[in-house]
Amino acid sequence: MRLPLSTFIAGLLFGGGLTVSQMVNPEKVISFLDITGSWDPSLAFVMGGALIVTALGYKLVLKRKGPLFDDRFRLPTRKDIDAPLLVGAALFGVGWGLAGLCPGPALASASFAGPNAYIFVGTMIATIFIYRIIKARA
Amino acid sequence: MENFTPISAAIGGAMIGVSAVWLMASAGRIAGISGIVGGALGAGQGDKLWRWTFLVGLVLAPLIVGLFNPSFLEIDFPTTGPLLILAAVLVGIGTQLGNGCTSGHGVCGNARLSMRSLLATFTFMATGIVTVFIMRSLGGV
Repeated sequence: MRLPLSTFIAGLLFGGGLTVSQMVNPEKVISFLDITGSWDPSLAFVMGGALIVTALGYKLVLKRKGPLFDDRFRLPTRKDIDAPLLVGAALFGVGWGLAGLCPGPALASASFAGPNAYIFVGTMIATIFIYRIIKARA
Repeated sequence: MENFTPISAAIGGAMIGVSAVWLMASAGRIAGISGIVGGALGAGQGDKLWRWTFLVGLVLAPLIVGLFNPSFLEIDFPTTGPLLILAAVLVGIGTQLGNGCTSGHGVCGNARLSMRSLLATFTFMATGIVTVFIMRSLGGV
């Protein structure tokens, strides 16, 4: 049970960070992307803070033989730049800009933000589910 | 710039970083939310419990923060209705097709200096900015 407990704690920290940084607030995210309007650069500090801690932490952690509660580190190995990567990122960015929500903040907001959060999260999860079924059959 | 909140943003960002490092140190996994969700919904057994407990923690966390400071839970959805649904579909398809989102590419991938993640981040930032610009120009939001 140590593995699921440790990831529960990671989830709490992640959601806490999203809340404290106000990344869960769609209006704040849209203001961050609104660089030609009344730009609010706050979220650059979220990304920056997360990146610095993660880059330094990964350097230390990945020197070890493996993780504490599993057999090995599972890191992405792909290096190729292909069309699905760029098309997918482009589509995601359009959705992110439209609603001011990306997957983590959307899920976190579902515990307190009411109908709009349910609509977004429900639609997003249904889409991911259907996408994976179609992909598994292809 | 009237709502600029760099300190709480950096603290929250650092918490996300600590979460990502802890997830790697304990479970050997990348803290990419779209990937964790995709795997939690996917076929196959054995690989799921850690994903679901992570997601439960993620969803519960704002309520705990709210106990200390309820103002963090005051948020606004400028986009509603059909556009909100369209956005959710685009986020769902885009993150699965592109293998990641703001967390997996934007934080974890860039922290590993992955060229795929760097290009993905540049791309979703660019289309996000253009989308907001178009919405503002059309008078929406």
